[in-house]
Amino acid sequence: MTVSSPLCGLLDYKRRSQRQIPETFTIPAVEAGQATDEPALSLAGLRRDYGERTALDGIGLELGRGETLLVLGPNGAGKTTLLRILATLLRPSGGEVRALGCSLPAETWKLRGRIGFLGHEPLLYRDLSGRENLRFHARLHGMRGAAAEGRIEGLLAAVAMERRAEGRVAELSAGMRQRLAIARCVLHEPELLLLDEPDSNLDAEGRELARALIGPGETRTRVIVSHDPERFEAEADQVLRLEAGGKVAIR
Amino acid sequence: MTPSRTAFATILAKDLRAELRTLQSLPAMALFATTTFVIFRFGLDRTSLSGSLASGVLWATLLFAALLGVNRLFVSEREEGGFDAIRLAPIDRSALFAAKATALFAYLLVLEMVVVPIFAVFFLDSAAALAPLAAVLLLADLGLAATGTLISSMAVHSRARDLLGPLVLLPLVVPLMIAATGASEPLFAVGGPGYHRFGTWLAVLSLYDLIFLLVGYAVFDFLLED
Repeated sequence: MTVSSPLCGLLDYKRRSQRQIPETFTIPAVEAGQATDEPALSLAGLRRDYGERTALDGIGLELGRGETLLVLGPNGAGKTTLLRILATLLRPSGGEVRALGCSLPAETWKLRGRIGFLGHEPLLYRDLSGRENLRFHARLHGMRGAAAEGRIEGLLAAVAMERRAEGRVAELSAGMRQRLAIARCVLHEPELLLLDEPDSNLDAEGRELARALIGPGETRTRVIVSHDPERFEAEADQVLRLEAGGKVAIR
Repeated sequence: MTPSRTAFATILAKDLRAELRTLQSLPAMALFATTTFVIFRFGLDRTSLSGSLASGVLWATLLFAALLGVNRLFVSEREEGGFDAIRLAPIDRSALFAAKATALFAYLLVLEMVVVPIFAVFFLDSAAALAPLAAVLLLADLGLAATGTLISSMAVHSRARDLLGPLVLLPLVVPLMIAATGASEPLFAVGGPGYHRFGTWLAVLSLYDLIFLLVGYAVFDFLLED
């Protein structure tokens, strides 16, 4: 068979790569509740190119566990690109990235499931209800049964969406979708929260409710992207200012 | 790591629930196929078809009806962030390929349950060919589901996905269609189903299915990377 060699090669590569990803694996130190000196985030010379355009260049910082990094900058400065790299959704073009002790992109499989990502899109299916969406995400993260249902119920209450939980997401307002997205983001109790404009579309009550779920916390390491420095600056342990063309300033 | 079977069942259940609720793919596929049969019926001005002509009419119609389902397969993942959600979860991405291919396979089965009886009423003298035809339909559907899922996952990222999908998919399924029409032709023979080289064509269909299922499983992870 002429197709057999490349096909066998691909399958062999996949088998070898999957051998490194056991269905149950233990995350060293953190999962066991032990203290670790390694920072939650460590970036060195991080670069990301889109073709010939450089979106991020030479970013280096360290962020301790439980700390908050605020990322500021004008449109097109690379804030969302940085967040997507940390979320394992984009590969860096150069430099070193370590998140929660995992080197990216080599160890993305160790990191997935430990990140809560709140991007521009709520990552909710419009034709499913809020509860069905949360159930879908819970199952993808290995949560099932009464524990998952209890967690979903608790989160729906926490974002004041119990009464609209059975309605299709397409019929909800942008603010309600954002509340559900926040519930989706913290559903699996992630250690690292990556939040892109977390307050967008939220009213005052929504912001207050969101703060309880994604606000500062001892066990919560957060990276927040925002256009509004005043909103999050007081909570931030470090502030990263990105400028178009990849220039960087850190406070 | 969430077990692959859990991820597979979760994604498949989500897709089937969304389709049952919105009916975005199946009614369009069935309407297209039925309309095409009506056009063939009056265009050819024949009340009965046999042999290669019957086989050609059936498979050309099913193929183009299937394209409607293929084009929509990943639209919700693309437009509603499903790709990101699945990439953020601790699952083997092949579960997405398996779930999508199974969903497309199910759509094709339902489509054929509706439109093949219509084809038989319009063009066949007896229903004797339908039982052996089921084997050809099953094997061809499997191949279409595997290839369609693979191509759809690539094309959906393009703005010209409605054009790009068929443009790449159609040449790839030519061997599948040759085998499907070859297997079906003797079944529609005048005087009742025949089985000349039927087994050979089924073997070709099976081989095609095997190759594209394995290719899909092997490469799908890489297709989801940025």
